[in-house]
Amino acid sequence: MDNRTKIVNIVRTFAPEPIDPAPCDSLFESGLLDSFSLADLVSALETEFSIRIPDADLQPRKFDSVERIEAYVESRM
Amino acid sequence: MAYLRALGGYLPARVVDNAEMGVMTGADPAWIKQATGIEQRRFAAPGETVADLGLRAAQDCLEAAGVSAREVGLAIVASGTGERRFPGPATAIAAALGMAGAPAIDLPMASAGALFGLALAANLCRDYGNVLVIGAEIMSRVVPMEPAFRDAAILFGDGAGACLVSAETGFAAIVDSILCSDGDLADALRLDLDGPLHMDGRTVILHASRKLPRTITELLERHGVRPEDVGAYILHQANLNLIVRVARAVGAEESRFFHNLERYGNTSSASLLIAAAEWRRATPAELTSPVVLAAFGAGLNWGAALLGPLSRASR
Repeated sequence: MDNRTKIVNIVRTFAPEPIDPAPCDSLFESGLLDSFSLADLVSALETEFSIRIPDADLQPRKFDSVERIEAYVESRM
Repeated sequence: MAYLRALGGYLPARVVDNAEMGVMTGADPAWIKQATGIEQRRFAAPGETVADLGLRAAQDCLEAAGVSAREVGLAIVASGTGERRFPGPATAIAAALGMAGAPAIDLPMASAGALFGLALAANLCRDYGNVLVIGAEIMSRVVPMEPAFRDAAILFGDGAGACLVSAETGFAAIVDSILCSDGDLADALRLDLDGPLHMDGRTVILHASRKLPRTITELLERHGVRPEDVGAYILHQANLNLIVRVARAVGAEESRFFHNLERYGNTSSASLLIAAAEWRRATPAELTSPVVLAAFGAGLNWGAALLGPLSRASR
């Protein structure tokens, strides 16, 4: 399974309804996910990709779309 | 060793429920409850000041302690909503209490201010005797109650909490504390001189969800206390969803996390001591297990304090 598919699957687990986000769709600005899901999402990314996300990188815009998440995660791997 | 001797609180009389908040901000009352856990909050009366609220909480605390204001050696007042740039509410409260010239210090620190005040008091009480710590806020005057500010307006309420810290006696030992600040995120939650409150909620929630559990865990590990051995966790009452996430991350049962934000909303620096005072009123027996206090807020500032039973502290 490629990284993007893994990320989409993680994002789906935190959505209150079934979603199929396009890579550039805003996850939070659009309301697909709520603010509290962001913290859960970050923790799930750390677990799935065995990475550590430092506090300095805890910026919501880094995680606001599947493609941004993918770019960030791959920069940490 | 320092001790927590008594707690007190004051909430203004006016109750603003979610239905009334919905009329002012356009927010659906059911959504407010679902998104925050808040059902109602209190608003100060037009003539009430931050010092008025703080004074009432201080009086409640001193009455609970059986201590007169003349026996207080120092007052520390946390507030992010004082009515003027200076002086802050501390000296007004001290004067109204009749503290007889004892020093009174303002901590212009929202949300985590009372926790910082308590941690400082635990060190200062050896030199100043009884230290009165107060958190007092009138948030309803810094957040416009209108649709454009809906997401912040629904959160906040007014109130004051207080505690008395002593080097000699109390119902709980103040075992240790951890205080932290990160000024890189100062703009995320701020109240400029010309207001209104600015809140990047997503950033604040993200950092609070990570930093609070980490700090609590570090404090517990430092003292060999397991999360399940803590009798009560009392946090700054920001949002019920945040409290639930902190419980999960710390690895403790949600039922151990005291909360009263359903009735008072987020009263910023006042909330920790208002909650602690209510917890103590509901749990007046001798402390038999550790208690954790923790807060997070503008600055960013955050931290945690560990309270312990007297028997353990004296060993």
